[in-house]
Parts: sequence; C-alpha cells; structure tokens
Amino acid sequence: MSTPQAHMETLPRSVQALLSIGLMALLAFPFAGQDFYTQMVTRMMILAIFSMSLDLLQGITGLVSLGHAAYFGLAGYVLAFLSPADTGASWAISLPLAILGAALVALVIGCLVVRTHGIYFIMVTMAFSQMVYFLFFDNKGLGGSDGLYINVRPVALGLDMENKQVLYYFTLVCLVLVYVFLRRLLVSPFGRTLNGIRLNEHRTQALGYDSFSYKLTAFTLAGALAGLAGYLWAAQSGYVNPELMGFHMSAHAIMMVILGGMGNVAGALVGAFGFELFMHVFKDLPQVGGFDLGKHWQLWMGLLIVLVVVIAPQGLMGLLRPGSRAK
Amino acid sequence: MDLANILIQLLNSVQYGLLLFLLAAGLTLIFGIMGVVNLAHGSFYMLGAYLAYSLTNTWGNLALAVVVGTLISVTIGWLLEKLLFKHFYHRSHLDQVLLTFGLIYLFEELRSMLWGDDVHSVAVPAVLDWSIHLTDTLSYPAYRLFMLVVCSALALGLWLLISQTKLGMKIRAGAFNSDMAQAMGVNIVRLHSLVFAMGVALATLGGMLIAPLSSVYPYMGSQVLIMCFVVVVIGGIGSVRGALIAALLVGLVDTFGKVLLPQFASMLVYVLMALVLLLKPEGLFKQ
Repeated sequence: MSTPQAHMETLPRSVQALLSIGLMALLAFPFAGQDFYTQMVTRMMILAIFSMSLDLLQGITGLVSLGHAAYFGLAGYVLAFLSPADTGASWAISLPLAILGAALVALVIGCLVVRTHGIYFIMVTMAFSQMVYFLFFDNKGLGGSDGLYINVRPVALGLDMENKQVLYYFTLVCLVLVYVFLRRLLVSPFGRTLNGIRLNEHRTQALGYDSFSYKLTAFTLAGALAGLAGYLWAAQSGYVNPELMGFHMSAHAIMMVILGGMGNVAGALVGAFGFELFMHVFKDLPQVGGFDLGKHWQLWMGLLIVLVVVIAPQGLMGLLRPGSRAK
Repeated sequence: MDLANILIQLLNSVQYGLLLFLLAAGLTLIFGIMGVVNLAHGSFYMLGAYLAYSLTNTWGNLALAVVVGTLISVTIGWLLEKLLFKHFYHRSHLDQVLLTFGLIYLFEELRSMLWGDDVHSVAVPAVLDWSIHLTDTLSYPAYRLFMLVVCSALALGLWLLISQTKLGMKIRAGAFNSDMAQAMGVNIVRLHSLVFAMGVALATLGGMLIAPLSSVYPYMGSQVLIMCFVVVVIGGIGSVRGALIAALLVGLVDTFGKVLLPQFASMLVYVLMALVLLLKPEGLFKQ
C-alpha cells in the first residue's frame, strides 16, 4: 500500500460525486423530512463526526483505540454539569469547555497510552475508558448508572438548540468543518508524518521525527473531536448516561470506520451513515412466516459485520475504488 | 471487618479469581498461540450458563448437564475454529476485533431466539444446598466451596497438562514461537484446533459452574470478557501461569475493593492494569 493511494488524497470521481450529492441532500433534507427523520439524520451526522475523529487515530496514525467513547461521553457530561435546571446553557461557553475537557483527559490518558504498541494499545485504551465508565457508573454524585438529564437544550447568539432544525444545521456545519479540517490535515506535513508513523514508526523516528509527540497530538485532537460529537449527542438526546462511554460505544465507532474504509476520512463519514442506515433497514424488516426478521436486527447486523471483514476488509470505499484488491 | 468476614471475602476472591482464570486461560492461549483477539470468548461463558439452565431443567441434574454441555460446546468451538477463526490468524488485530464483535451480536441474537431475553436461575444441586456456619450470623454456602475445589482442580489439571505433558510442551512451544514450533514438526493446525476447543470448553465450564450462583442473563459475557482481557494483559499474553496469578490478583482487588471502597471498586482493577502496564509494558510474565 503506497501512501497517496491508501489515503485517497485525491478522492475518486465517484466518491466526490457521492459526497457532493450527499451534502446537497443533507442541506435540503429538513424541508422534506418530518421531525422524526430530521432527528434521525442529526444523529447520523453526530456519529459521523465521532467516526471521523476515530479515523484520525485508527486509519491515519494506525492506533486502534478501543476506548474512544470515553471522550465522547465525557463531553456530554460536561454539558450536563453546566446545564442549569430551568434554562439552557450557553453553547458558546459550554461547547468549548466540553471540547477542552475531552481534550485534556485525552492528553493525560494519551501521555500514558501512546507509549504502548499493537494489542497492548488496544487493551490499555480499553482499560482507561472502562475506568472512566465505572467512575461515573458507581458515583451517585456524577449521575450514577442512571445518568443525568439536560432539561433545556443549549442556546446562545440567537441559535436555540431546542429548535430541531437549528440543531440539525448546527450539526451539519460542524460535520462539514470537521471533514474539511481532517481532509486538509491528511495532506499537511503533520498528517504525512502521522501516516509515516503508521507505516513504519522506527523509520519515521530515524528521520528525526519525535513520534511520541506526534501520536500524542493526534490522540488529543481525536479526543477533542470526539468531544464535539459527544456534546452534540447530549444536546440532542437531552440526557447522558455511562453507556455513552462504554465498551459497546467504542466498538460501534470502530465498526463505522471499518464499514466505510479507514484512513481517508471520507470512508469514516460514509461508514457512519451506512451503519445507521443498515441498522434502520434491518429494524424495519418485515415478518416472514411467523418469524419477525426486524426484531432480530442484531443478527443481520452481526452477519453484515462478519461479511464486511471477510469479504471487503477495506470497507465500502474500497469497493468504490477502481482496481483495489483486498490484501 | 472481623476475622470471619475477612475469611469469607478471601474465599470469595479466590473463587472469583479462579473462575476468571478458567476463562482467561483459554483466552491467553488463543491469544498467544494463534495471535487472535477473541472478543467473543465471553459468549462461550454465556453459552455455558444457558446450557446449564436448559439442560438441568430437562434432566434435573447439574452434573449430567455439565458433561453434555461441555461436549456440545467443544463441538461448537471446534467448528467455529475450522470454519471461521482459522482464516483470521494472520489478519490484523483490527479485523479480529471486528469479526469477533460481529460474532457477539450474532451469539446474543441467537441466544435471544433460543432462550428469550428473561433472566433465569439455576437451582443449586440438592447435595450441595447447605452452608457451613462460621459464626452465629455468618455462614458460607457449600456450593461456593465446591466451586472453589472444582476450579482449583481444573487449574491444577491445566497446569499439569501444560508443564508436564508432551502436549503441554507443544502448546508452550506454540505460544513462544509458532513458526519455529511448526518447523520442529509440531502439527500446528491440529494444535490450533485443540487449543481453541479447549479454551471454549473452559469458558463454557466456567459459565455452567457459575450458573447456580449468579443468575443466567443476556449479555452476561460482556463484563466478564473485559475482566478476562485485563487478566490476560496483566499476566502477559500467552502465559498460563501469568493468567493464574493475575486472575487471583484481580479477584482480590475486586472483591476487597467492593467491600472497602464501594464507590471506586470497579475502577480499581483497571487502575491495577494501568499500573502494571506502565511498569512492565508486556505484562508480568510475558514469555
């Protein structure tokens, strides 16, 4: 795998077209859809931000984190703590604080974990996210296992997130900004160094790059972006609970990235939408001969994941790329 | 805490530790020899518990259920290895994580189809349904002691198998350097099947034995799986001895943590893991 192709620094025409159509569809969607669907798509966009943030680690730097949900959930809790009982918190204040909080925790945990490699990295990131999970799960003062409610959604500068459409477009703007930011990062010297670390860390070090600080920066940045997603998630759903930081949420993120194809940001974006769409399709499957296909959506989801790993290890984007072959 | 209480907690922690060991031993071997991260290992534990539930309901006999259940699970494990896992030994850890996470979904849903989503309980066998009085107010159930003995026997058996027999030598060789072992004439394909089936058997056995003590419930494999990974990583990947010591350590920290520091107990185990990894990045007994 040589680098520019692997990261699709120039996206294939088909993907560019897909993304442009997707963006236009997203811009127009609230005018056509009902509230229910607007909320569903908002959720997908939030997960897409989360998924792209993980791609920075997993696909670009080659660090597989099984604890990425910790930063997602933490930012949501920051919003919950900052929200007064009867009015909305100002997002102009709480959003930066939530992102900062997630980034700080990622920085501290990152200092410890980016020293480890391979399977140990997977395990240590999982251990730290479990620590955070249980800290919240076992302490009533932090909401305990039930979590916390955000009674009124954030509001500031005339933008009230109680309004579903406002929240939708706010999320869309964030999505586009994160996408553009990460795509630019990919081709920047910083991004190329991260890519070098993924391909061969020793060689990158030998060239004079301090791989520790590069990996730590990537880890912190990914944590911050996951925090942005977590904040939006909490703002949308109106409550937070420890499950947001749990093992399943972290694995969910990994699956979204893989489904789309990692290392090029666009794949993570497509994967998040794809994953949610598949889930909704499976849940809506009809009843066939007394057997409710939709009720057992997890079965189809599981099969899908197994199939993707077996047949298309490079994800949906890998299928779109001409001339690509699985390893 | 008085002496009797400490004794009870100590017994509990050893029993919990040994149960973790049953699961972690298979996991660490599969990890060490085949290089596979198997997140679905916890599902075998759940399978064991559910098998114990339906087989004891049918026959009213836990012992028989354990024997038949082990046979069923070994068959399932063997088939899974042949059909699926075999093809993932040389894939990246990421692919393995994903595959086995997909399997968790599959197994949970199959469980829901076969047994539903309710919580069930398994009766303690009548012969063991009594307790030992320690003081006027404290007593210790015989089944827990029985479990302690069975788990110790299994741990001892496993240790003998690995350290004293020819098969054990091959397993150790495989964990140390799989390619080299193969070059020396070890039939690595058969060894893989065997180790995988053994790991599955131990995990289901753990699930069957714990069934009368804990209830049988959906997703019961998830939490225990994460604990087992902690044990494997603390002990050092591929080391059965490390897994035993780490399992007992985790059992102690978790049990006493829950008594002394209830608010931070669940965290403590992960703190322990982080500390070990910071001091010895490859675990306590990395081969």
